[in-house]
Amino acid sequence: MNRWLSQHRAAFGLALRRLGATPFNTLLSLLAIGIALTLPAFGYVALDNLRNLGGSASGVQQISVFMDVGASREAVADTEKRLRALSTARITFVSRDEALKRLQTSEGMAEIVASLPRNPLPDAFIVEPANLDPDALEVLRKELAGWPRVAHVQLDSAWVKRFDAFLRLGKLALLMLAGLFGAGLIAVTFNTIRLQVMAQAAEIEVARMIGATDGFIRRPFLYFGALQGALGGLIAAGLVAGALRLLNGPVGELAALYGGDFALRLPAVPEIAALAGIGAVLGWVGAQLSVGLSLRRFD
Amino acid sequence: MIVASQLTKRYPGGFDALGGVSFTIGAGEMVLITGHSGAGKTTLVKLLASIERPTSGSLVVNGQNLSALRRSAIPYVRRHFGLIFQDQKLLFDRSALDNVMLPLQIAGLSRREAVRRAQAALDKVGLLAREKANPIALSGGEQQRLAIARAVVNRPTVLLADEPTANLDPESAQDILDLFTDFHRVGVTIVVATHDRAWVERCAPNVLRLDHGRLI
Repeated sequence: MNRWLSQHRAAFGLALRRLGATPFNTLLSLLAIGIALTLPAFGYVALDNLRNLGGSASGVQQISVFMDVGASREAVADTEKRLRALSTARITFVSRDEALKRLQTSEGMAEIVASLPRNPLPDAFIVEPANLDPDALEVLRKELAGWPRVAHVQLDSAWVKRFDAFLRLGKLALLMLAGLFGAGLIAVTFNTIRLQVMAQAAEIEVARMIGATDGFIRRPFLYFGALQGALGGLIAAGLVAGALRLLNGPVGELAALYGGDFALRLPAVPEIAALAGIGAVLGWVGAQLSVGLSLRRFD
Repeated sequence: MIVASQLTKRYPGGFDALGGVSFTIGAGEMVLITGHSGAGKTTLVKLLASIERPTSGSLVVNGQNLSALRRSAIPYVRRHFGLIFQDQKLLFDRSALDNVMLPLQIAGLSRREAVRRAQAALDKVGLLAREKANPIALSGGEQQRLAIARAVVNRPTVLLADEPTANLDPESAQDILDLFTDFHRVGVTIVVATHDRAWVERCAPNVLRLDHGRLI
């Protein structure tokens, strides 16, 4: 156990020294890896923020039931009774007066509302069904539309569906992008390690002669690849955080213009750790491939 | 200790470097392999160190048949040997001490223990004062002694050398010969390929004479 530990510590130390021995090359490799990881990482954070934005928007997944403008109080009460009987839904009644008041508070609408000779708005119910399955919602919408004195039933989920589809598309594109850049990272590591093996050829040859196992020879290179990947991941996290910080000002202003309050979420510690971890794993894979191929020459 | 029977090495192209060589070397013996250039001395050393594999025949070292060895077992077999080459194969990117420490690091010793043993080995070959020197700053004889320190630091059972005195002046060669004799005296088996006459005379009759890949 002690031997095992001391060998790994030695290999790790050697990898660190090799990283430090050629600072300029190391910096360039780290930048290449960092930038390769930045694009998919930035895409992930952007999608995550969009999903937050979608989730925080109110009025998702609800059905609006508009009565005839001339519907009597009895008819409205009757409809409400029937709606409450559905029991699976939460029902909110919005009277036409209340709807008008709400409209008046909306930006730029006060004057228009004031100029109206009479309230054009109907009484309405907002139904929030317990079952959010799109098909079930559609069935419910059709049923409600068939009731007496109901003028119009609107399912407010169409944009949610579109938004979801957009997010799914974004996720898929992001996955493909991540795959490409992951392969790029492996290639960068592969090349760095190949050059290293060539530079260490004399040492590898001697070590082999005096009884070094494959594991002993590989270990420093694997640590090197993983370290380089992890540091590249940290650089990527830094770049993403920096970009988001720069964007946050303008995004906040934009949100304020729409009367909203929205700030981009910066990557959190687990996400930074994940990015470094992904970098380490990809770097390790690249090193493993490279060392495996390069060491065949020494057999 | 070392038993070879009908040992043959044929290189691609049909050249027989060794053609059916049989011999036995007992534990603690000092044996020379001699012969003209191209007689097969270096090939025999490479087979003993598992750097190459025999084409046919068997080679048993410490009860292990080297011709039937799995690839992953080779490093552990090599650790029984202290290998010394004509061209030393020292590493010029580190100090003399670090060169000698390499086998101990491979064996997984702690750094402190490795430094202690490497210094003892350097002391044995008379280079302790030069432990911090880069091997490139050492003379030919000193480089060869450094290579010997590296070969013996892990206390191998067999010291295996290929032309260790080929490029040295007679005085340095005598130093090397004396060192080998010392190790022989403490029970290390020693196999040396050489055509140095002084050695051959001193070691007779423990001499394997090779001619065109055959023992004579």
